[in-house]
Amino acid sequence: MTSNNRTYYAFLMMAVLLIAVGILQSWNVAFNILNLCVISAIMALGVNMQWGYAGLVNFGIMGFVAIGGLAGVVVSMPPVAEAWQAGGSRLMLGFGVMLAVIGVATIFWRRTQSWKHLPRRRYLIMAAILICGYALFRYIADTAVVSIEAVDPASTGYLGGLGLPILFSWIVGAIAAGFVAMLIGKIALGLRSDYLAIATLGISEIIIYVLKNEDWLARGVKNVNGLPRPVPYEIDLQKEAWVNNLADGMGFSVVNASSIIVKVAYLSLFLAVLVVLFLMAEKALKSPWGRMMRAIRDNEVAAEAMGKDVKRRHLQIFVIGSAVLGLAGAMLTTLDGQYTPQSYQPLRFTFLIWVMVIVGGSGNNYGAIIGGFIIWFFWIEAEPIGLWLMDVLTSGMSEDSALRAHLLNSAAHTRLMTMGLIMMLVLRFSPKGLIPEAKR
Amino acid sequence: MMTDLINALVLIANFILVPGLTYGSQLGLGALGITMIYSVLRFSNFAHGEMMSFGAMVTILMTWWMQSQGLTFGPLPTALFALPVGIIVTIGLTLTADRLVFRYYREIKAPPVTLLIVSMGLMFFLGGLIRFIIGPNDQKFFDGERFILKARDFKTMTGLSEGLAIKSTQGITVVLAVLMVSFLFWFLTYTRTGKSMRAYSNNEDLALLSGINPERVVMVTWIITAVLITLAGTLYGLDKSYKPFTYLSLLLPIFASAIVGGIGSPVGAILGGFVIAFSELFITFAYKRVLGYLLPEHLEPSGLMQLLTTDYKIALSFVILVLVLIIKPTGIAGGKTL
Amino acid sequence: MSFLIGKDMVGGYGGANILNGCTIGVDKGEIAVIVGPNGAGKSTAMKALFGMLALSSGEVLMDGQNIMHLKPQERVKLGMGFVPQTANIFTEMSVEENLEMGAFIRRDDFSDTMDQVFTLFPILKEKRRQLAGELSGGQRQQVAVGRALMTQPQLLMLDEPTAGVSPIVMDELFDRIIEIARTGIAILMVEQNARQALEIADKGYVLVQGENRFTDTGKALLADPEVRQAFLGG
Repeated sequence: MTSNNRTYYAFLMMAVLLIAVGILQSWNVAFNILNLCVISAIMALGVNMQWGYAGLVNFGIMGFVAIGGLAGVVVSMPPVAEAWQAGGSRLMLGFGVMLAVIGVATIFWRRTQSWKHLPRRRYLIMAAILICGYALFRYIADTAVVSIEAVDPASTGYLGGLGLPILFSWIVGAIAAGFVAMLIGKIALGLRSDYLAIATLGISEIIIYVLKNEDWLARGVKNVNGLPRPVPYEIDLQKEAWVNNLADGMGFSVVNASSIIVKVAYLSLFLAVLVVLFLMAEKALKSPWGRMMRAIRDNEVAAEAMGKDVKRRHLQIFVIGSAVLGLAGAMLTTLDGQYTPQSYQPLRFTFLIWVMVIVGGSGNNYGAIIGGFIIWFFWIEAEPIGLWLMDVLTSGMSEDSALRAHLLNSAAHTRLMTMGLIMMLVLRFSPKGLIPEAKR
Repeated sequence: MMTDLINALVLIANFILVPGLTYGSQLGLGALGITMIYSVLRFSNFAHGEMMSFGAMVTILMTWWMQSQGLTFGPLPTALFALPVGIIVTIGLTLTADRLVFRYYREIKAPPVTLLIVSMGLMFFLGGLIRFIIGPNDQKFFDGERFILKARDFKTMTGLSEGLAIKSTQGITVVLAVLMVSFLFWFLTYTRTGKSMRAYSNNEDLALLSGINPERVVMVTWIITAVLITLAGTLYGLDKSYKPFTYLSLLLPIFASAIVGGIGSPVGAILGGFVIAFSELFITFAYKRVLGYLLPEHLEPSGLMQLLTTDYKIALSFVILVLVLIIKPTGIAGGKTL
Repeated sequence: MSFLIGKDMVGGYGGANILNGCTIGVDKGEIAVIVGPNGAGKSTAMKALFGMLALSSGEVLMDGQNIMHLKPQERVKLGMGFVPQTANIFTEMSVEENLEMGAFIRRDDFSDTMDQVFTLFPILKEKRRQLAGELSGGQRQQVAVGRALMTQPQLLMLDEPTAGVSPIVMDELFDRIIEIARTGIAILMVEQNARQALEIADKGYVLVQGENRFTDTGKALLADPEVRQAFLGG
């Protein structure tokens, strides 16, 4: 089966599966899955750029997605005037001080390149600058943070956002994530692949920690609810005549119909983004730039010998891929309508996306999308299927057997096992994934 | 004045020194496993945390069985005596994992990144398996005497206002860690097999030329690693508590310890473990009371005087890691270069 | 009859053949040297004799036995010793441990052999507890040779043993090699420093493009004006 045929069949199979879910479970569920599939596919595209084009192992996916989600909050939520009055300006002053300190430290570091023979003195002064700067920052910022968080902590207790339409946040999220990626890339990209993996994992952990603990920013673990929407609310739709007619015609309840319409609205937005990204990615892949990236990936030493600035190329890809992740993060938060830092767990995001990329076939954009769809679908459906399977398997046992109870309870964990197994099997027997990279 | 100073020291000993030695030992044991696999099999094993969890799980199951049979051992935790079973089963796990999962990639000479990603798949699988068997919740399996030295008794003995407590799990951890590390060092330095492992790690081709059997070296490495991870996992679970999820988050400090100490160097792994453990404690400790003892009355601080809040503990190990990677990538003890 | 002989060896690393039917042999107590321009196939010939390269045609016989199908480790057990050109010591192990590893396949007491190596290379005895990686270039070569001698081989093959060492060290190394040959071990050497190597050679093979171009005693080759002009700089 050629690559192209495989792609068609894969998409076809996905459509069939989704329709099956719609019929057997509910259309609402089917569309929800589809929406998340699209978002996952976008994330997989981003990671695939980094891994497939440049061979970079980014385990910090979660961090970039969270930054994208943060953009959703910062862009769209209304500003909390009281909080700004209480400590806003002082906090900004604190940050200004911090930036100044970093600036001074960087200048000092660069200016003293020639001090290689006096390393101890250089490190000591550097440490002194940073420590004093940090102390000053804390002195200014701590009181500001306390007063901000004291402003009606039950419903706000944070600075709020800019009050702009939430769709802007998609772009802001991408830029913010890309910016952070640039900072990280400068430090970490020189490392060997497995070190890069560990480094990116750790950095994303830090990002999440900051988000969970700095309440003044996005309420930390108290979450931000009620984010503004780019699509209509179900309640409003239910009042519309056309919605009621449609519901009657299709045999749904009005509530159901409105819910599905909302999901379809989101779907169209997401699909639009996916298609645009995909086209851009494919174009890039086939362009001279794409060929150069792959040349570097396949033989870095030779590429460097030919004068290609490998480090800069890697940074480019890292930033672009991470920007895509930020975009997806903003989209996800938009869909959820809320920002919950606690949901950013390594398991959910980072490793699942990696399974998608591996299964789909690294270096292949079609594959990344299909991988995203398939893996997400199975991740969600594994629990009901697992339960059903467990039910069937244990139907022979007596009703109150402890073993039966335990097995039924543990059905949820089989999906972890299955994911791991799938990943290992694909890596072993079909390492190029389901849709191998086409030879160009 | 003198008593104030001693009180301050006791505070530090109680909240930093003793926990630091314990946690550092646990991290060190974990990091030793990482470093051994890295040296000999040349890849970073992301499934390490879940393997520790597995070893602990088997020990816990055995402990429960023993407890249900009335097999207890007075002041010592039953888990200690369940350890051998845990170790044997975990050896089975590691050898099976190598045979079924990792060996293939060794044979095709796959790059280390591939092995890392494969180990991630194994991590998923094991994580699910463990939760399937024992459930995702907190499990307590400690029994026996909880304290070697109680704070109250200490205060009575010394007449100080601050108490020093030493839990039995802390003592056991440090003792077992010292024993294990000593044994490992003796093994690597003085036995023929140990030397062959060092040789294989140092120069694979020359080792093969010398007639060293690679499969045997790999097997011994996995066996030793299994012992290390069962010990580390069980001791951690005994000391704090066993919850499958924690082992995933331990992965980072353990890797950090191995890298900070110098990956590929057993000495480094131990040193790294203590560096990370003590840094975490020093930086998140609330110095308020210590300063209260040391400073005159009117200078006493009102805030907690933490350098960083407790939440940043795990983030800290990563920051240290990055600093080491930038300044001295081979780590403290100078392990393999990147 | 040569102790070791590779006849009409043809082979390469996949695509083109590097060896095009050359013959190399060495007797016990003899020093045979392979010289030639870069790319001539000198190291390749040695690797083929050792079993690290598969030959598409030809024969390799040791003590009359056909050893073509044997893996390098098996040839070591039969009495071959090999000193690679690079990465030929365990840098993170002590000198003494390096020698121990050399004797790894031996199950008997090898302390006598170790004493012999220390007698041959007295510096190593002095630095026996030092990490091999900390020694100078010449001393490291001594460790490498000593390591190979620990199996008490009947044949010792050295791949460019004097690469990158100073002339004085090179002289010393060659002296030692002569001493080793005197104990009855067959020595086969690939060398870049053709002139000095041929001076101690009982047999010299000049390889060009994987074929034997000149074969004679070392002295004869040195005296031959054609050889001198082409390979020894006149």
